[in-house]
Amino acid sequence: MKRIIYSEIKGNSNQFYSLAAILIVFTLSALGSAFYMEHYGHVVTGMNNQIVWGTPHVFAIFLIVAASGALNVASIGTVFGKPIYKPLGRLSGLLAIALLLGGLVVLVLDLGRPDRLIVAMLNYNFKSIFTWNIFLYIGFLGVVAVYLWLQMERRMNHFAKTAGLVAFIWRLVLTTGTGSIFGFLVAREAYDSAIMAPLFIAMSFSFGLAIYILVLLAAYRGSDREIGDVVISKLGRLLGIFVAAVLFLTAVQHLTNLYAAEHAGVERFILLDGGIYTMLFWAGQVLVGGLIPLMLVYRPAASPNRNVILASTLVIIGGFAQVYVIVIGGQTYPLNLFPGMEVSSSFADGAFATYSPSLPEIGLGLGGVAIAGLIVLFGIKLLRFLPTSLANAAIDPHHTVTAKTP
Amino acid sequence: MSRKIKSTSAPDTPGYNPSRRSFLGAMATAAGVTLAPGVILYAISKSSPANARTLDAAVTSDVRWGMLIDVGRCDSGCDDCVSACAKENGLRGHGRPETDAQWIRKIDLKNSQTGNSTSLPMMCQHCENPPCVDVCPTGASFKRADGIVLVDKHICIGCRYCMMACPYKARSFVHEALEDQKSHAPRGKGTVESCTLCVHRIDANQQPACVEACSDTGGGAMLFGDLNDPDSEISQRVAKYASQQVRADLGLNPGVRYRNL
Amino acid sequence: MAPRRAFPVISTLVLVCMAGLAVIANAAEDQSAGNGGLLPVIPMGQGDSCVKDTDFMRRNHMTLLKHQRDETMKEGIRGKPYSLKECISCHVVNGPDAKPVTVSSPEHFCRSCHDYAAVSIDCFQCHASRPESGDLPADHQMSSAFPTTATVNGTE
Repeated sequence: MKRIIYSEIKGNSNQFYSLAAILIVFTLSALGSAFYMEHYGHVVTGMNNQIVWGTPHVFAIFLIVAASGALNVASIGTVFGKPIYKPLGRLSGLLAIALLLGGLVVLVLDLGRPDRLIVAMLNYNFKSIFTWNIFLYIGFLGVVAVYLWLQMERRMNHFAKTAGLVAFIWRLVLTTGTGSIFGFLVAREAYDSAIMAPLFIAMSFSFGLAIYILVLLAAYRGSDREIGDVVISKLGRLLGIFVAAVLFLTAVQHLTNLYAAEHAGVERFILLDGGIYTMLFWAGQVLVGGLIPLMLVYRPAASPNRNVILASTLVIIGGFAQVYVIVIGGQTYPLNLFPGMEVSSSFADGAFATYSPSLPEIGLGLGGVAIAGLIVLFGIKLLRFLPTSLANAAIDPHHTVTAKTP
Repeated sequence: MSRKIKSTSAPDTPGYNPSRRSFLGAMATAAGVTLAPGVILYAISKSSPANARTLDAAVTSDVRWGMLIDVGRCDSGCDDCVSACAKENGLRGHGRPETDAQWIRKIDLKNSQTGNSTSLPMMCQHCENPPCVDVCPTGASFKRADGIVLVDKHICIGCRYCMMACPYKARSFVHEALEDQKSHAPRGKGTVESCTLCVHRIDANQQPACVEACSDTGGGAMLFGDLNDPDSEISQRVAKYASQQVRADLGLNPGVRYRNL
Repeated sequence: MAPRRAFPVISTLVLVCMAGLAVIANAAEDQSAGNGGLLPVIPMGQGDSCVKDTDFMRRNHMTLLKHQRDETMKEGIRGKPYSLKECISCHVVNGPDAKPVTVSSPEHFCRSCHDYAAVSIDCFQCHASRPESGDLPADHQMSSAFPTTATVNGTE
């Protein structure tokens, strides 16, 4: 392969500044939402004593899960040694850091007492997976930063493989930790399962790559750089594999639960008569986020790039639906304190909780996305994350890659 | 020639010292007299530890507070326990049942196979292995040595993970700013709270407000006491009558037991 | 003016301003409303004296309270003299309606100094900032298990 040259984007076009302005507006609205929620209390949101975690947590979990997946592209290049992926590694690291920071900002600003973040940094209960996640998330930022530096400093490139391996393992542990937030909850029927951790890992691969593809294409189109269809089609086919993995693990989760009579209630709720949650599951997660993208990336088409772009967008939409069903649908189903009894009380026992997202919550969540976007936008302007060209000739001069290569 | 060692305790031997003997005897008596009240007090304290703890001594795990609720005596129309709790702890509703705090609630049950209806009060079960304590990232949710599970609102960051983890949905989040809280029950916006088993009353050798209200004006269904003390009324009753814990399969060993469920 | 010459002038000005403020602050160390209202007006508490003297309390009241709160929460030790409930019983300020003010009023005892020092108060998010209507200041109606400040100080 020819030596890849990386350069900053010019970043002085109207397009660039208007995008930056939009992102800044969304960030400010998120800060405003957070202040509003903190000042008046969570009564101004849609969250209540039954639905304890709401839209901000959907955004935060999506972003954090995608962050660990976004690093995957760099790992494939460094750890698994696939040459086509090597030029893509720097942006992958930047995107991972950006998405994680965006997710963490949303999570922290939604706390009941965000002014007590310092308390959370100084008092630890090591039996709690949240505590381990604090170390995993902050450590991830450090590990990826070091990994990026080793990639970007040519004299240190030979250490990049070790750092890549560390980063790869770290992010698997991190995603396991994120999935275990739910998997460790014995109380809730929708969660208490060991499959949450591998399911989240598969989700991270899928969402992270979908976001990576869209960001890559946007960056190249926006800075008038060439990107060949070899890269796009390879990434698209890889996305297909990950989407299939998510579908598979989702199927395993639900089929196993269906087999057990005690879980029949919650499965019936998610799969059949849960109203919006059933629709989000089948239409959002399975169809839009699963089957349609699979068809799109594996079907030979006249404009494969467009298919990949569409598939990535649909995967992101389906991914949101999936996290929404997991986080909020899982809380909607009532706790079963007295098996075999119909219960009712003044605290919504036995009843399906109601929830509708409120404006401050959505504002806060979108702000997390905007913060991630701002970090990427200014990152690629200030430092050399992007190769000057990803044309077919530049990355694959010997035509080793065909349409059939995965 | 062997030397015979003479005992000095016999009166006719030289070196016999009657004053030393009586001294020793007097000392033994004095020691016994000094120790005896302590031994008696210790025995008394072991039998009723509630009276023995003064407020400047730390709580110990010698005591485990628990409750026994006789569901057969609980009337579905009665909510004296709920009103007493609200009054004692300053829980004011804002007319928003979804976000208003509820530390204790009445649950109406109907057996879907047999049609039999009952009702019971449900509050924090003060588990021995509380999942809320396991998941709290800062350690704000903690179990006191005498078994009461509390929220240390000084370090609660309001993440609500304990609310997700509690199998009994015992915890509430304070969704709006509060004023004029009860001085014995501080509670504030942005932190999580739940039934404290009226820890301020227990420390003053009283009963929780719900138990007192139930025995005064309600059905007399609730009994409070020390589960570690074999002579307490609650221990004797749980030994004599069958009782069960809600969701016992989770292995949490709650301190609240239900009878005639 | 060139930066090299400006530096001593500016630094002298800054030092003079700081010295001036220090003089003003030292001049009015008593709780007087003088100096054009620059310093806080701190209302007197009830009773003869606080559990510790003013200088000590000014610097260390949070240390006392934090230590006390952990003992009370985790170990159930109550009634030590540094309880917050005791503090607000004595340091009660009555508003225009002759009822004690809460921390939302700038006349509240804690706010009179905290507003000046620009330190936000966290306690009263959860704790009541005025005595409950049943509580009377100074001669507290508490159970005999709770030592009062009078018994602690040896006077009764």
